[in-house]
Amino acid sequence: MDGKDHGNGTPALSVHGLSKRFGSRVAFANVSFEVDGGEVFGFLGPNGAGKTTTVRTLGTLIAPTSGSAVVAGIPLAPENAEQIRRRISIMPESPGLYLRLSVVENLECFADLYQSPHARERIERALQAVDLMDRANDVCGSLSKGLRQRVALARALLGDPRILFLDEPTAGLDPVATQDVHELIDRLRRRGVTIFLTTHRLEEAERLCDRVAILNTTLRTIGRPDELRDRLFAKTLTVTTLAPLPDPDRTFADLPAVNGWHPDGRRTYILAVSDPAVAAPAAARALVAAGADLLSISPSRHTLHDVYLRLVNTDDPAATGKQAG
Amino acid sequence: MSVSIRRIRAIVRKELLEYRRTPSIVVAMAIIPLIFLIQPLVVVFGLPASSSGQLAHGHVLLYLLGIPALVPVLIAAYAVAGERQQGTLEPVLTTPVRREEFLLGKALAALVPSAMVAYAVYALFIACVEFFADTAVASALLQWPQILAQVLLTPLIAAWSIWAGMGISARSNDIRVAQQLGMLAGIPTVALTSLIAFDVIHLTLGRAFGLAAALLVLDAIGWRIVSSAFDRERLITGTR
Repeated sequence: MDGKDHGNGTPALSVHGLSKRFGSRVAFANVSFEVDGGEVFGFLGPNGAGKTTTVRTLGTLIAPTSGSAVVAGIPLAPENAEQIRRRISIMPESPGLYLRLSVVENLECFADLYQSPHARERIERALQAVDLMDRANDVCGSLSKGLRQRVALARALLGDPRILFLDEPTAGLDPVATQDVHELIDRLRRRGVTIFLTTHRLEEAERLCDRVAILNTTLRTIGRPDELRDRLFAKTLTVTTLAPLPDPDRTFADLPAVNGWHPDGRRTYILAVSDPAVAAPAAARALVAAGADLLSISPSRHTLHDVYLRLVNTDDPAATGKQAG
Repeated sequence: MSVSIRRIRAIVRKELLEYRRTPSIVVAMAIIPLIFLIQPLVVVFGLPASSSGQLAHGHVLLYLLGIPALVPVLIAAYAVAGERQQGTLEPVLTTPVRREEFLLGKALAALVPSAMVAYAVYALFIACVEFFADTAVASALLQWPQILAQVLLTPLIAAWSIWAGMGISARSNDIRVAQQLGMLAGIPTVALTSLIAFDVIHLTLGRAFGLAAALLVLDAIGWRIVSSAFDRERLITGTR
């Protein structure tokens, strides 16, 4: 099976009721989700939520306490660990480079550990992918944090992975280095590599990920970022007029896609809508017809950040919705 | 169980490059052999020809076996604890490398320079004795059975020290603690070689081969024990 092309309907990653305890401490519990081939899947959560432990468990570094998973087509089990590690790559949060060795010496070591065929060419391709050809012979200890992160990414690409686990790949990077990493992830996505991305940066997840899961020991939700926003937050239009409306009940009555309204101050009105694209023009026409001077009309803007804050701080099942996607 | 030569070679090559560029390891590998070289040379150069008869019953040359007993421990103790401290262990363990391959690569990388240093010091000692010591003292000291025992036992003692050092390293969070404990683990081997050197235990060629066979078995057992004690989860998370 080609793990990059899961067109046969087999997910790249399938996790069912996975849990990990360290003694009495629960790292994560009863986590279930699936990731499709070629998908960029975001795994979000606060510090200590269990994100890194989940990655280490799926990467066969840690044994789960209960539950099951299929990683790149292979059941997660101690006897399959080596086979799974052949098909995946993990880039830990800390680059973990041999600082006394040059970039190319680091990569040569890992190309041999992955038993990569045509190691030279593969190292060159990996260096080109992260735009580090000109620094190939630099000692890693002399590189900036951003460059070390890029070397770690190049190292993760050497095994030609079917699933690439990136654990906080942009942590501590400046905006330019962050942008470089984002572009690389985009390129990998276009190549069909399945990417499992853990991050604190919600705007990063929103920009890069097809779907996101929010974990806080248990999985709080999973879905596309826009889907999560719609699931958690009612859609609204905020209408502001120059003067208070004489009869807002009449103005907003019977408008298409408008379900109700309430005032927000003297000249601002919040309309609960089902479809802002239909409701906004209708509301504008109604306001003009009522002789109101319309200053602004704008749809509600809830970000993934709002979704995240609501979910990590709540145990309300209604807010968290379904778990498996 | 099959092991990949390529993966073992990758670990060996990486380790040797790192040792070469780590001043503390280079210094440690130079100082201990010098101590073991200078002390017997000072003694031997002061000996008159009349003491040659007494020397023939001792095995001063085997005193130098303290080098393979102690030098590799310093490197081996660094092997796992050092990687852990630098944060380089996790990326390696996420590759398909098996623990047996990883440990064998580390052990070979510690063995090669240790044995080379030990053999170089023996050669230097023999040359110094041959050229500068009293002729009668030199011929009493330099006997072929002793030299053969030296050559034979050096890598086997070094390997035993390496497994002891790596066993400690795999259970330790701190390089210095691992090195100190490793040195302690090397003391019984140094004591044994000292007892042989001072003829408390009389070493014949037959006993040397017997000791070599026993060390070979112990080395194989050491590899197995250290491999089975090498727990990825404990090394990564510090638990279990």
